[in-house]
Amino acid sequence: MTPKNTVLKHIRRSPYQSISAIFMTVTTFLIVSIFSLVVLGAGRMLSYFESRPQVTAFFKDDTTSMQVDSLKSVISASTPVESMRYLSKEDALAIYREQNTDNPLLLEMVTADILPASLEVSAKNVTDLEAIAGVMQANLSVEEVVFQKDVIDTLKKWVSGIRLTGIVLSSLLIFASLTTIIVILGLKFTARKTEIKTLSLLGATSWYIRGPFVSEGIIYGVLGSFLGWGLAYLALLYLTPNLVEFLQGIPLLPVPLWIMFALLGAELLLGLMIGGLASLIATRRYGR
Amino acid sequence: MIVFDQVTIRFGNGTQALSDVSFAIGEGEFVVVEGASGAGKTSLMRSLIKDITPTHGKIVVDGDDLSKISAKNLPLLRRKVGVVFQDFKLLFDRTVAENIDLALDIMGLDKNLITKRRTELLTLTGLSGKEDHFPIQLSGGELQRVGVARALSTQPKVLFADEPTGNLDAKTGLSIIRLLQDIHEQGTTVVMATHDLELIKDLKLRRLRMDKGKLVHDSGVHHHPPKTDQPKADKPGEDQLKADPAQRDKSDKVEST
Repeated sequence: MTPKNTVLKHIRRSPYQSISAIFMTVTTFLIVSIFSLVVLGAGRMLSYFESRPQVTAFFKDDTTSMQVDSLKSVISASTPVESMRYLSKEDALAIYREQNTDNPLLLEMVTADILPASLEVSAKNVTDLEAIAGVMQANLSVEEVVFQKDVIDTLKKWVSGIRLTGIVLSSLLIFASLTTIIVILGLKFTARKTEIKTLSLLGATSWYIRGPFVSEGIIYGVLGSFLGWGLAYLALLYLTPNLVEFLQGIPLLPVPLWIMFALLGAELLLGLMIGGLASLIATRRYGR
Repeated sequence: MIVFDQVTIRFGNGTQALSDVSFAIGEGEFVVVEGASGAGKTSLMRSLIKDITPTHGKIVVDGDDLSKISAKNLPLLRRKVGVVFQDFKLLFDRTVAENIDLALDIMGLDKNLITKRRTELLTLTGLSGKEDHFPIQLSGGELQRVGVARALSTQPKVLFADEPTGNLDAKTGLSIIRLLQDIHEQGTTVVMATHDLELIKDLKLRRLRMDKGKLVHDSGVHHHPPKTDQPKADKPGEDQLKADPAQRDKSDKVEST
């Protein structure tokens, strides 16, 4: 009987034990995949916000273009700036119209006169934002300064919170998968004690005896990681249209294929390690 | 071939299975270890394959001092000897063919060689046509024949049979004894443990009588195999193993620690 047939026979002979081992690893890798994608997305979202104009100065109605240019010069001279964009009242109206195309009533009521001109400044470093905001607030032609640092700080806290939760939850589930495979393979190993004793008396090496069990553990780990990843990917594809709408132009989706395949590769490797380690522990512990 | 030198085996609960047992068995002998239940026959047989380790004394099998064989090299020793068990120790979820193949598969031999060797053994043990049967479909005698075929599959120099007739009726038991004699006549050293003195009363064999763990009598009759027309190399399957010296070497060599 070939090793492959022996493994398949082991799995077929105790289907419920095998299903529970695979179910546990699928759950683990589904959660690992979800948290990985969420953390990845949150990180990219943070980068997106950090690279966007984070300080916006809204000018008074009587501000002249010379006053705007003067403010630009002062800001450029005081801090390193990534980019600066002046939006006139007409530009602001165009953006407003674009955002409210489906509401004609609002479009009729708003004209360029009531919208303020603004200057959007993106800093090279988030730490410079406060200084830029200070310069803006000191300028007499500026009516209001919208400062996004608080938003970014809150987002950062969320990202690190999600990351920590993901790490803790994934670690617990990986441990649960590991112990589940150890217990299930241990039971199978113990149930075949007589056969193992016979093989040993016939001169089988330790690896000849343990090999099929180790292969079985690896199958649980690898199959579980593949199915868990597959389920997470299917859910992502299903939710993408809704998420795109929710994110309102933040370019996170669709997730590039190479990222999904890199995630699959990492999870298959982790699955292989979990299955292999669990089966080695099980056959060593119960084989005594 | 086999040397027992003042061997004592004492279990953890204080039971003394063997007490200061010494004997030597030469190549080509057929030796019967006889005695009542609890005399120490099975302990003696188990110690020969290092299934249990002596508390005191030395056991040598085919030049290998068992006390010096490490756990890692133990499989190599066990491949050198064939063992027939009273309870057959067949794998009931495998066919007759798969059970016979087991020892050769463990050695990692080529599939074609395994098939060839199996066919020879099925003929030798009178099991031709039953290769696809499962053990549950066989009689007690046939089960033991499968056990003998499996033990012989690796072409061992020595065959240990522990109560091979213990679970069989007299007629079937006798057929197994005859099969062992045939194997012995082809040059294999055979050591058989039995409590059934009636079954072997007419056989002129060397007898070691055990009682309460002690060797109480050694008939000392060395019965060498009769000269046969067949050279030893013509033993079933030996030519194939000879054709593949690497495999033969692998099965013969046992490294000591």
